[in-house]
Amino acid sequence: MASANSKKINLKLKVWRQKTREDAGRFEEISAQEIPVDASFLEMMDIVNNRLIKEGRDPIAFDHDCREGICGSCSMVINGNPHGPERGTATCQLHMRKFHDAQEIVVEPFRATAFPVIKDLSVDRTAFDRIIAAGGYVSVNTGNAPDANALPVPKEKADDAFNSATCIGCGACVAACANSSAMLFVSAKVNHLAVLPQGEPERERRVLRMMQTMEDSGFGNCSNTGACSLACPKEISFENIARMNAEYMKASIKRRD
Amino acid sequence: MQKSLSYLSSAIGRKQLMAITGLVWSGFVLTHMAANLLIPFSAELYNKYSHALITNPAIYLAEGLLVLTLLVHIANGVKLTLENRGARPQKYAMGTNGSKAPRFQSTWMIFHGSLLAVFLIWHLLTFKFGTDYQIVYDGVQMRDLHRLVIEIFAQPAYVIGYALCMVGVGLHLSHGFYSSFATLGFYHPRYSPMIQGLGYLYSFVVAAGFIIPPLYVLMTKAN
Repeated sequence: MASANSKKINLKLKVWRQKTREDAGRFEEISAQEIPVDASFLEMMDIVNNRLIKEGRDPIAFDHDCREGICGSCSMVINGNPHGPERGTATCQLHMRKFHDAQEIVVEPFRATAFPVIKDLSVDRTAFDRIIAAGGYVSVNTGNAPDANALPVPKEKADDAFNSATCIGCGACVAACANSSAMLFVSAKVNHLAVLPQGEPERERRVLRMMQTMEDSGFGNCSNTGACSLACPKEISFENIARMNAEYMKASIKRRD
Repeated sequence: MQKSLSYLSSAIGRKQLMAITGLVWSGFVLTHMAANLLIPFSAELYNKYSHALITNPAIYLAEGLLVLTLLVHIANGVKLTLENRGARPQKYAMGTNGSKAPRFQSTWMIFHGSLLAVFLIWHLLTFKFGTDYQIVYDGVQMRDLHRLVIEIFAQPAYVIGYALCMVGVGLHLSHGFYSSFATLGFYHPRYSPMIQGLGYLYSFVVAAGFIIPPLYVLMTKAN
């Protein structure tokens, strides 16, 4: 939290308010007064909400959890960009020093058919859970844990898998994509497991099932704009999508069922 | 059979169909552009080239392939765009911007694509189905396409419209070329920037190559 003597700014928020899933929703202008520049964006929202509660008004609903950039809970589209203007930064790690005094900030929820708004800025991202359940796992035998490093994995492959595995599943890729496609998310999960020996047994059915679930969930189709990668707080590479395209083609040709 | 159909109706299958059909047309526009560069140099060479092209029996196969790939590309592109619009019925008040904005030509594919579809009809009506002048070279009678081209390109308004459409071609190709490779799975941190660079060069050369002959005709043959 910001120290007591840090510089403070006043902001004009234009926040999306929507009472329920069915509600049409609208923008509401809310002032954010005396915001320390060292506060994070979520802390600024907390300050605003405290005031709204004191005034007997409904606080702004938004998702958050770890507040250290690893859980993928925080969302929000800030002035047109998911997670705000900074590259490689989640909303929780975006600081108010990136804004200036008297600035207007438009805050919207992630918008996609597959991510229906629950309330205000909080959206339902269970479509991602369905995609993971469709194939984003490896099956292991029960019993004692295997010895660490019993299965050799080349360093390059481990690094490659880890780069894809840094995806926190926040959904910014979907929010930024002109087509609301979830290809960056799905491809990060597919490639993470496709390069590791542990992922090999389910490799082909994984990509087919995860893609099928993505399509069934109402996400759009990828048109390679790369907006997903630019918006990603973990800077997951667009390369994942290209590799999954090849992976999907191979799996489609090889399938025997 | 059911499964192969499901690949072609899948998100990635259809995207790959867009890439393959787009690459077929990328090859075609390059050869078309190269042939157009004959216009300023020699009427005879240009007419003889087009005569050789349309009298070759393989032209029917080539035209059939071009029509088929174009129809698949357009139908697929329209369907994908409509689906994509449905994936976000409620628009944002502000779009992505600053360092998070993608290259504009990549998000405008349906717009310059539609412009090109309209242009193509206009273009075919003007030239392929335009006035059929005849000329004889070395005792062989053939179409004097060069005369028609000079006639058309001497009109400033036509050349402006044509040049604008060719800018559309360049923009469409500048995303399509690189994008096709990524869609077909060719991506490598070392080579992809080169493919992208090559795509920009290729789309610039194609657009410029199409614009130069009409400009030349306009400046030398007008009035």
